[in-house]
Amino acid sequence: MTALSALLLRDMRLAVRVGGGALIGVLFFLIVVTLMPFAIGPDLALLARVGPAILWLGALLASLLALDRLIAADHEDGSLDLILMARVPLELTVAVKAVAHWLTTGLPLVIAVPLLGLLLNLDPKATGAVALTLLIGTPALTFIGLIGAALSVALRRGGLLLAVLVLPLTIPVLIFGVAASNAAIVGPVALGTPLTILSAFTLASIVLGPFAAAAALRHGME
Amino acid sequence: MPIIDLANPSRFLALVGRLSPWLAAATLLAFAYGLNQAYLAPDDYQQGATAKIMFIHVPSAWLAMGCWAVMTIAALGTLVWRHPLADVAAKAAAPIGAAFTLICLVTGSLWGRPMWGTYWVWDARLTSVLVLFLMYLGVIALWRTIDDPSRAARGAAVLTLVGAVNLPIIKFSVDWWNTLHQPASVVRLGASAMHPAILTPLLIMAVAFLLLFLTLHLAAMRNEIMRRRVRTMLMMQADAAAGS
Repeated sequence: MTALSALLLRDMRLAVRVGGGALIGVLFFLIVVTLMPFAIGPDLALLARVGPAILWLGALLASLLALDRLIAADHEDGSLDLILMARVPLELTVAVKAVAHWLTTGLPLVIAVPLLGLLLNLDPKATGAVALTLLIGTPALTFIGLIGAALSVALRRGGLLLAVLVLPLTIPVLIFGVAASNAAIVGPVALGTPLTILSAFTLASIVLGPFAAAAALRHGME
Repeated sequence: MPIIDLANPSRFLALVGRLSPWLAAATLLAFAYGLNQAYLAPDDYQQGATAKIMFIHVPSAWLAMGCWAVMTIAALGTLVWRHPLADVAAKAAAPIGAAFTLICLVTGSLWGRPMWGTYWVWDARLTSVLVLFLMYLGVIALWRTIDDPSRAARGAAVLTLVGAVNLPIIKFSVDWWNTLHQPASVVRLGASAMHPAILTPLLIMAVAFLLLFLTLHLAAMRNEIMRRRVRTMLMMQADAAAGS
């Protein structure tokens, strides 16, 4: 377990340093949420109505852009080879990397939601609902993105391919995340139903993502 | 010749060379018979003759999902059993499956305009088939982005296995969600809900589409094997030129 905790701390330390990009994700989230009202128009009622969707889309895109730092950065400086040769199972290793990535990239997005909710004229109940669904949903985005990051690790310009591979897999998370937020705000549907399905997606991705990513890394790095 | 001999690419090519003309002829005959039966089938009492687009829409949907199933088995062949031709099968099936999915989406859209009043609706069945189409394009992109075919094969195999989770979602989407698309009427518990006058032409068209897939897939596998041989020869030529 020492090796895994060392890896976790290393990843988190690298992420918060200058080139790490932990807060760049939040900045991108802020920019996307700022851009939306320019396109949609300043009608506050409309913004409040689509606010949860805007926040979810912004979080999804911000998670997506941070993914190429997950494994490709290690590939570039050679530490990925060491990780592959370690005695710790590769599945656990990539899972720990994904946890570190979520703590430094996904969790700040959730923390930024109350401020951005103000920009979109969301009332506290709506903001809380979106924050809760993002708290449950962003690990799913990270672990699904882990699969795409592992598949595109050795490609030079793998960024767009990563997006093409990951986005279809994250569509169910997006659907149920926004459904859960809307259920808490307006919906006739009880909050529990979409929230439970969203949690199921997160738990399933935490289990399946590392296995798929480890298989992709093992077979793709020859 | 035991079937294991087909793992040898040269034997496989010889077999495909012998089979292809027969498969193509059988496909043409099946389509001729199927389209004739579809033409003679009775009109729907509500939709009239427009409902007959179903005879193209439904088999192409079945083949779209079936292609991904074939790719999934080929992916297992690559990762688990290390079959020599498994990755060739997977690479050849991807564009064919994407084409069937596109035909399904387009014919369904054209059918929806007069019947539902809209070309598109975001219900569970249409959305999951659109996601399947995007995943096909993603797999094709992955194949083309990695230079070495065997490395690309393993990456595409992992992606195919991950995407296979979409197949049950498509099949059961009309049961799990309240959708505009009609529920299951052919493959379901209990007897099919369709009258034989409509079901029989549908099944004949399904057989025709299956033969079409087999013809195209085997031809595409042959092309892929040839393509790899050309690539190897070019690399050997470049090696020889560099060495001398």
